[in-house]
Amino acid sequence: MLKTILARIHQKHRTMKYPDEPAQLPELFRGYPVLNAEACPAGCRLCADACPFGALSHETKTLSLDMGKCLFCRECELACPHGAISFSRDEKLAARNRGDLIVRSDGERKLTEALEAKMRSLFGRSLKLREVSAGGCNACEADVNVLSTVAWDLGRFGVQFVASPRHADGILVTGPVTENMREALLKTYKAVPAPKIVIASGACAINGGPFIGSPEVHDGVDGLLPVDLYIPGCPPHPFTILDGLLRLLGRIEQRG
Amino acid sequence: MTDASFMKTFYNGESLPLDAVPEVKLNDFLQAIIDAADHGWRISALFGEGTGPELTLYAVLSATGDGLIGVMRSRCNGNFPSITPYCPQANLFEREIAEQFGVVPEGHPWFKPLRFHQSFRPGYDAWGRADRSAILPGITDFYRVEGDEIHEVAVGPVHAGVIEPGHFRFQCHGEEVFHLEIVLGYQHRGIESALIGGPKPGTLHRMETIAGDTTIAHTWAHCMILESLAAVHIPAKAEVLRGIGLELERLANHTGDLGAIAGDTGYLPTSSYCGRIRGDFLNMTAVMCGSRFGRGLIRPGGTGFDCSQDQSDELLRRIAAARADLTNAVDLIWATPSVLARLEGTGIVARETAKELALTGPAARACGIAMDVRQNFPYGIYQMSQIPVVTARSGDVYGRTLVRWLEAEKSLEFLEEQLSQLPSGRYATHMKQPAGEKIAVALTEGWRGEVCHVALTDKAGRFSRYKIVDPSFHNWPGLAMALRGQQISDFPLCNKSFNLSYCGFDQ
Repeated sequence: MLKTILARIHQKHRTMKYPDEPAQLPELFRGYPVLNAEACPAGCRLCADACPFGALSHETKTLSLDMGKCLFCRECELACPHGAISFSRDEKLAARNRGDLIVRSDGERKLTEALEAKMRSLFGRSLKLREVSAGGCNACEADVNVLSTVAWDLGRFGVQFVASPRHADGILVTGPVTENMREALLKTYKAVPAPKIVIASGACAINGGPFIGSPEVHDGVDGLLPVDLYIPGCPPHPFTILDGLLRLLGRIEQRG
Repeated sequence: MTDASFMKTFYNGESLPLDAVPEVKLNDFLQAIIDAADHGWRISALFGEGTGPELTLYAVLSATGDGLIGVMRSRCNGNFPSITPYCPQANLFEREIAEQFGVVPEGHPWFKPLRFHQSFRPGYDAWGRADRSAILPGITDFYRVEGDEIHEVAVGPVHAGVIEPGHFRFQCHGEEVFHLEIVLGYQHRGIESALIGGPKPGTLHRMETIAGDTTIAHTWAHCMILESLAAVHIPAKAEVLRGIGLELERLANHTGDLGAIAGDTGYLPTSSYCGRIRGDFLNMTAVMCGSRFGRGLIRPGGTGFDCSQDQSDELLRRIAAARADLTNAVDLIWATPSVLARLEGTGIVARETAKELALTGPAARACGIAMDVRQNFPYGIYQMSQIPVVTARSGDVYGRTLVRWLEAEKSLEFLEEQLSQLPSGRYATHMKQPAGEKIAVALTEGWRGEVCHVALTDKAGRFSRYKIVDPSFHNWPGLAMALRGQQISDFPLCNKSFNLSYCGFDQ
């Protein structure tokens, strides 16, 4: 018993202060892309060609990057000799609409908007989610799981992952939605009482990720279920997931 | 050692001209596998290749004692006699060949689909299903125990926790489990069939996500294949950085498992602490490459990132802190009799069973089988710097827990040694095109055990076949055996003590 108490003292209090204090991210973290189309020579396609997943396009004077397809692998950054693309350490990537994931060099950034008033009054202080892994590689799942550890303590925001869809207010989907998980995903969604929300977490769930175009997958949740929140990344950093969830619930005010 | 005369032998990470692979008559081929297995060889891979009516079967066997890998092949017209009754480790391989190529291993005692997908050869189906007709997952002939007092418990594919999907059927008599049948395939993403004609743009990213918690081990194996086919030698610094990445991956997962095992005994202190400390190791990987799962770290020709003095100093600082925290958290397990009582004698896999099934990784080492790719088939930095193999004898949850902890200690020592003497120089070299008409084999020791990649190339140096064997492919049957005679309430604990990959199996 004494040993347990001494261990408790050794292990300290570890829950982080986020979002009151900024996210602690590694130096090399690749977050919100920074695009500078002015550096691009006319007709240059080096970055677009370097991306195996078609996340980039360069049209006249506009460079755009689809964070829904992006794995944040920096192949484009390495391929560009002009310095037109880089990745900041900004973890705030989630969005309510699929189109808002497309970052344009001449566009405006749109962060996750809160749910509508009625949904917010229902879920704003208590959101129970059922997780469905539909072809996920266990990286997205692991970094969703981590939110329930003591360092993140997701429960302090009233958000919790529950064991049954019957107990849930919505589902969080990871993976590209394999054909073999399609039915289980739809059944799980159906078992959640309305009103309910759907969160697509990770590049696979948004648009198929590295498996985009594979005949065995459905290129993500879109087209199968109505998605309320898209969380980019491969996998999304826990800070990115938490930021998206808290903004969706109106728990972080609209700011950069 | 068996008569290896049928096989051509070589070493881990090497490649051979395809025509150097001996072609053996089908019966001799199958008999040679049985004989080799009887003499302690493991089937690292057994697979089919071909698009036309005639298949070629390839066997990649490994001999722990002398670090040799043996390959041979045989032509196969239609069905072939199953060797599973004589060589249980062939079970899943034969069913995989059947599912992928539509041929039947005749006399197979447990002939069911593995992943529920269309065969690679249109028009050939081992179960006689109509061509391109819908194949529904989990629709199969389940084993059933009959009797008035028998009941069946079915779980999944969607589980209660935040984990991957799979279907489990328990045949129970009261609390006692007579048999557990595990049905997978829900995570199938078609990785192997898409690799034919590769490497393609995006192949590397798929390798990183075969099993996302084993990114380093799989990507390393893939890069060994590409480097071997192109006869490229990578710089010393890259070899060390790969080893650091792999041991951090092992530490993160072993730490998570130690916490999860404690959690399933209802002992929350170790569970809470390890849940957090696991994140410390993931964050160390992110110090190296920006990604907690090592995405972008392993690249053909070396690594994607250098490691500066500042980074290695930072890593050493973090490792010292994490070692103190982890030791403190795990010591609580050994000091708490109620936890130990729950671990000891639960989920025993007999050493003989482990050998017959060719279990791998901590699951095998917990049964006293001293097998570790890093030691037995050394590659990369492990050729220079050995990590001792850790074993336990009990084969139970306790054994699998102990092995994880002792391995974590060894990995910490390795990291401290390597990070304090990083080689100077480059971390990547230029890649060349893969050579044509070759076979290359790469084994790495992922945190779950042996990862095996095999590539065959065509004249143009493209993959005519690429085979991936995740350690979970060997180990899922081990979990089923561990449950025999246990209480059904022991399942979560047994499951955590294996912690196998669904997507690694399903691909």
